[in-house]
Amino acid sequence: MTTKPGYEQVLDGSDTQVARFETRHTLLKRVQHILHNNPTFVPVIVLILSLAVFWIIAGGRFFSAFNLSLIMQQVSIIGMLAAAQSLIIITAGIDLSVAAIMILMSVIMGNLAVHMGVPAPIAIIVGCAGGMLAGAMNGLLITKIKLPPFITTLGTWSIFFALNLWLSGAQSIRSQDIDEHAGLLKFFGNAVNIGGARITFGVILMILIFIVLWYMLNKTAWGRHVYAIGDDMEAAEMSGIRTERTLVSVYMLAGLVCAIAGWASIGRVGSISPQSFYEGNLQSITAVVIGGISLFGGRGSIMGALFGALIVGVFQSGLRMAGVDVLWQVFAIGWLIIIAVAIDQWIRRVSA
Amino acid sequence: MTPVVQAKGVVKRYGHVTAIDHSDFELLPGEILAVIGDNGAGKSSIVKAICGATSPDAGEILIEGKQVNFSSPIEAREMGIEIVYQNLALSPALSIADNMFTGRELRKPGFLGKYLRMLDKQAMERFAREKLTELGLMTVQSIKQPVETLSGGQRQGVAVARAAAFATKFIIMDEPTAALGVKESRKVLELIKDVRARGIPIILISHNMPHVFEVADRIHIHRLGKRLCTINPKDYTMSDAVAFMTGAKEPPAQDAA
Repeated sequence: MTTKPGYEQVLDGSDTQVARFETRHTLLKRVQHILHNNPTFVPVIVLILSLAVFWIIAGGRFFSAFNLSLIMQQVSIIGMLAAAQSLIIITAGIDLSVAAIMILMSVIMGNLAVHMGVPAPIAIIVGCAGGMLAGAMNGLLITKIKLPPFITTLGTWSIFFALNLWLSGAQSIRSQDIDEHAGLLKFFGNAVNIGGARITFGVILMILIFIVLWYMLNKTAWGRHVYAIGDDMEAAEMSGIRTERTLVSVYMLAGLVCAIAGWASIGRVGSISPQSFYEGNLQSITAVVIGGISLFGGRGSIMGALFGALIVGVFQSGLRMAGVDVLWQVFAIGWLIIIAVAIDQWIRRVSA
Repeated sequence: MTPVVQAKGVVKRYGHVTAIDHSDFELLPGEILAVIGDNGAGKSSIVKAICGATSPDAGEILIEGKQVNFSSPIEAREMGIEIVYQNLALSPALSIADNMFTGRELRKPGFLGKYLRMLDKQAMERFAREKLTELGLMTVQSIKQPVETLSGGQRQGVAVARAAAFATKFIIMDEPTAALGVKESRKVLELIKDVRARGIPIILISHNMPHVFEVADRIHIHRLGKRLCTINPKDYTMSDAVAFMTGAKEPPAQDAA
């Protein structure tokens, strides 16, 4: 401190308080702060509230073990796609091709195992490898050719969908044919019954996928890098993260999850239809957004996407049971998306 | 005394522009070397060439007497060279501890770390807290606090602490006080001197003459893409330095590069 130049000598006598803080924290501010630190709170609260509200409106029929497990089954495939989508959105990207990858890979698995007599395990492995390859294609176009993720995956969505129609000849593979040649493809349609609840293996798989990805994102260096990239790409690069390699790995992992979802979808639907889940891309984004994961990247927990998918499922089931027309279900989901993004924006404005 | 870094006749051209024109550079052990020069003189370019952010078209760079050829700053970092960037290179939503270890995270010992690649968060937080305390920076409430909730000076402190914790060769600081207020600058200058006291040499790029004259042991003056001279701040005034770097005055022969 002795070498201070003359004009700074006065600093010794200066006020040591850096800033004065208003202690009058309003309740709203405090809520905002808690939500900033725990972005998954909003979807959890909304989920609990919506369960309670529909229990009151639609009665015990809605809140039965059977119906709740049915909701889980209904959201399982979109939930898996939402898990893949979360990975991408956390990097501040977006993937419009998730459902297209899923269907393409289920068609490939079906073609190999049912039409070409390839043993089912090999068909499944080929499908999973295909999913990673499709993801790698997205990732390389985005990192090497520097295309925006939106445009890249808009393009690959069409490409994968066209390949899917070509490979399938726009024909479904019937349930009986799958049972006869490759029962393993329908493995995730099996279920265990607990009380009145029917838990399919697909539901268990979805939950496992979320747990594994949560672990990877929160407990490994790779996961921290994924968040850092979404937060500030340039800063991540400068602090020594190999951003391109990490981004490609994210898209490949998302592709793999989509392929696994493709396998699970065969068990869920019963047949392999090239036209199914056409809205899966957008539904997965809906679940992610309602789950409180920021579209601007770097913020939110992947578990939010699980809750987001469940919220959509609960709304659809509850409104249906309350006898509300399908169009109003769609209407409600639309408002949920807008409200979720508005809350995200509000939380992001929090300052220290 | 072998210089920690030595650059000889480095050239870098961007199209028709010669950013570095046969420039030399020398950083001695244990010193703070300030690099000053007018805008566009190429002071950032020469420092980028040293840390691997750009690869020079000609000339050689020696670190502790051995020639190196970095293709990225990551390679330089693996050798123990740390850079504190003007725009900080911190991820705002990640915690202080996460930021200090970005790209060199510690994993848990045994099965968890090796096969499940689990991070050792406790160890990283302990280390981060130790380093910040050593530098007198533990005024932040929690090591788990996101960086975006810190003030500019505190952020710069985290960036300097990170560099000081991991640098074994030297640290490059690019305008570390440019965005800070008087008091916060003071804190960062004290930090810089602390780091020197630990024996780690520093290259300080700055426009702020009072700061440069306060902390630097030697001043490298860059002009028109090359080293014009290296002066001892005790022998010259700030106006001399400004005169040399703008070309208003020629440096004396014994100091010229």
